[in-house]
Amino acid sequence: MKKLGIAIAAVGLLVALWAGFYRRNSPRATTAYAAAPALTLVDLGGAKIETAGFQGKVVLINFWAAWCTPCAEEIPRLVALQDKYRAAGFQAIGISMEDKESALRDFYRQYKMNYPVVIGNQKIAQEFGGILGLPTTFLVGRDGRIRAKYSGLVDFPAVEQEIMALLRTGS
Amino acid sequence: MAVAAGQSGGKSPSATELSPGSAELIQPEDLVKALGSAKRPTLLYVGPRFLYSQAHIPGAEFIGSAADTEFMDKLRQRVSTLPRNSMIVLYCGCCPWEHCPNIRPAYKELQKMGFKSVNALYLAASFGTNWVEKGYPVEKENSGR
Repeated sequence: MKKLGIAIAAVGLLVALWAGFYRRNSPRATTAYAAAPALTLVDLGGAKIETAGFQGKVVLINFWAAWCTPCAEEIPRLVALQDKYRAAGFQAIGISMEDKESALRDFYRQYKMNYPVVIGNQKIAQEFGGILGLPTTFLVGRDGRIRAKYSGLVDFPAVEQEIMALLRTGS
Repeated sequence: MAVAAGQSGGKSPSATELSPGSAELIQPEDLVKALGSAKRPTLLYVGPRFLYSQAHIPGAEFIGSAADTEFMDKLRQRVSTLPRNSMIVLYCGCCPWEHCPNIRPAYKELQKMGFKSVNALYLAASFGTNWVEKGYPVEKENSGR
C-alpha cells in the first residue's frame, strides 16, 4: 500500500512538472498575454472613455507626444489604419505624454486625428508596465489581452498584418 | 578614462550632430563606471518629466526638455556657476537617438557657454531599452504627476 502511494505521488509530480514545462514553453498559452489595464480616461473633447468597453474590438494604444518627431511620423498611418479597419472592429487610442498641453490640440487638428487622444500621466504609464521611451505602442486583441508591444517606430506593414489576423479571430 | 573630455569649441561637424561613435558621446557602461568613481561628473537630465518620474539615473538632476526655452533657461542657470572645466554628462532617452529634440540643443548650449568637458549619454533607442532593460541602476521620483 505504501509503495502504491509513493508511485502515485511520483506520477503526480511528473505530471505537474510536465504541465509547468508545457505552460512555460507553449506559444499558444493564454497566460503569455497579459490583460490590458481597465482604465477610465478622458479624451481631448472631454468624453469619458472606459477601456473595458473596447472588449470585443482590436485596440491599438499608442503612447506619443506632439514634440516627438518619430511619433508625428506615425500619426498619419494610424489615422489611415483607423479609417480602413474601423468597420471591422478596430480602434486606435492615443495617449499623449506632454509636459505642456499647449501644442497638443493644434497637432490634433492639423493631423486630422480620427481616434480619441487622452493626456497621459505617470499612473497610466505604470498601468502599462512603464513607458520609458516614445513612441511605444500596444496591440490588444478582442479578448482584451495585450498581444504585442512595440518600442520605437512601428513596422506598419507587419502591424497591419497582425491587426488583420486579430480581426479575423475571436482573440 | 570613463568620461572623455569633450571635443571642445564646437568646430567639429560632429560636435552638434552627436553622431553615434563620436567622441562627444559616452556609452552607458562607461557612465556607470564614471558615476562610481572619485571624479563623478555632474549628471543633468534634459528630457521630459514623464520619463524622469518613472525612472532616472541615480543622482541625475532634472532640468526638463531642452527643446523648450523655459527648460533651456533652467539649464543655463544651473551650470552658470560651474567651472568651465567641470565634467558634465547630459542625457535624455525620450526617443530614438537621431530624433531626440533635446540632447543636441543642450549639448550645443553648453559648448557655446564654454564648457570643455561635456559628454552626451548615447541611448540609441530610448532610456528604457538602452539603460533600464540592460539592468543599469535607476531610481524613481517620489511624487507622481
